[in-house]
Amino acid sequence: MKWVRQALPSLVVLAVVVTLWWAVVALTHSVIFPTPLQVVQGTLELARDGTLWEHIGASLFRVAAGFGLAVLFAIPLGLWMGWVHGAFVTLNPLFQILRPISPIAWIPIAILWFGVGNASPIYLIFIASVFPMIVQTTAGVHTIEKRYLRAAENFGVTRQKLFLQVVFPAALPQIITGMRIGLGVAWLVVVAAEMIALHSGLGYMIIDSRNAGNRYDLVVAGMIIIGLIGLALDGIMRLLENMKNVRWRYVH
Amino acid sequence: MFIKTKIEVKNVRKSFPSDQGRLDVIADLDFKVGDGEFVAIVGPSGCGKTTLMNIIGGFLAADSGGVHVDGALREGPNRKGVLITQQGSVFPWLTVRQNLLFGLDEQNPERESLAQQYAELVGLQGFENNYPHELSGGMLKRCEIARALVVKPEILYMDEPFSALDALMSLRMQNELLRILARERHTVMLITHDVEEAIHLADRILVLSPRPARIQASFDVPFPHPRRVSSPEAQALRVAILKELGVELAAA
Repeated sequence: MKWVRQALPSLVVLAVVVTLWWAVVALTHSVIFPTPLQVVQGTLELARDGTLWEHIGASLFRVAAGFGLAVLFAIPLGLWMGWVHGAFVTLNPLFQILRPISPIAWIPIAILWFGVGNASPIYLIFIASVFPMIVQTTAGVHTIEKRYLRAAENFGVTRQKLFLQVVFPAALPQIITGMRIGLGVAWLVVVAAEMIALHSGLGYMIIDSRNAGNRYDLVVAGMIIIGLIGLALDGIMRLLENMKNVRWRYVH
Repeated sequence: MFIKTKIEVKNVRKSFPSDQGRLDVIADLDFKVGDGEFVAIVGPSGCGKTTLMNIIGGFLAADSGGVHVDGALREGPNRKGVLITQQGSVFPWLTVRQNLLFGLDEQNPERESLAQQYAELVGLQGFENNYPHELSGGMLKRCEIARALVVKPEILYMDEPFSALDALMSLRMQNELLRILARERHTVMLITHDVEEAIHLADRILVLSPRPARIQASFDVPFPHPRRVSSPEAQALRVAILKELGVELAAA
């Protein structure tokens, strides 16, 4: 039962946090801030009437669409920028300027361009997750050790084989790191985007619960659910790191 | 006995830019390697051995002079001569089998059986589907040798191939290499700082001078295989070579 022993300290911390939370709410006789029990009850209420699943589904759909598009765009572009020096020199400054702009700052422009439907948050998620993935993919190609490229040159393989069997797999661990970062950012951004212009999703659920009658139990429930789903998404990305052909990068 | 010349190094010079102007690494090197001959090059560390190997292997251009293989000027690396280095370059993202297949043409109908045959030759049967990080240092070296041999090169360029292994494994690999070379004769150029290794393996030993490197002395190794490096003749040769390298030992 090794995992129990490993998980035990963090479970204790969680229990302490929940207990403190409960104690503070009880001692201050707060009428508006919920106890953990009220949060659980609120969550069950939303789960039973189905709105919780709709909100989760809406948020996940937007993340999948925006992140998926970003992957399709960033990986080929990053590989190209990593391999072709001219492409890197030409495009990198542009991306370095765009990268520090918070996706939240794009919200007005997203609404202007894409309106208040699904396209706006998908665009914001794309913008948020595409840059870390471009940067990591490019770095992945740049840091391929010369001895491997030399060996490929020695065997005189075709460009296609060089790319498929050397460059791409060599960069793959860093690409996966980029995807982990990208998906993490995407999940942060979807909530923010939904708070502003939409009528579904976990972000909307939080804002709506506050506006419609100060249901802070549902606000906190929404926050905790966002945290748990974010954890699960990262866990899924970490499974990619366990693929046998990328383990070499992580085992040392 | 007349031996056909396989490799001819003609007036090779190489210098690198440094803070104090040009740093001459190789000054006017001139020597020949016969077909099927095993030539070891020993020299003090930092004398430009690796630079020389990279020039001979075609990975680096000489400032002047050139390297002729089978009478033709070498212009780049190809699989006629495969380089094996201290760090190794077995692709960590490919299995042993995939590494062995890497240098073989996709159209070659015998590629699978060749890969199998060479995995067996170096004693890696049963590990074909393992990834390099699952292998020991010695097995990794075997894999690299097999990957080089499977493309049927005429020349092996070995740059401190066994230096990263412990002393025992290094000796084992030397014996292994001799066993393989007895089965299929290749021309071999070995760079090493280990004089005993050179005596154990080579037909001829060239001693390089400190930078800028030139041939300081040449020794034939007339002993038949299997050799006993502890024999008085071999030890006398070792003392003579070490003396050239500036290390005085009492003769046995």
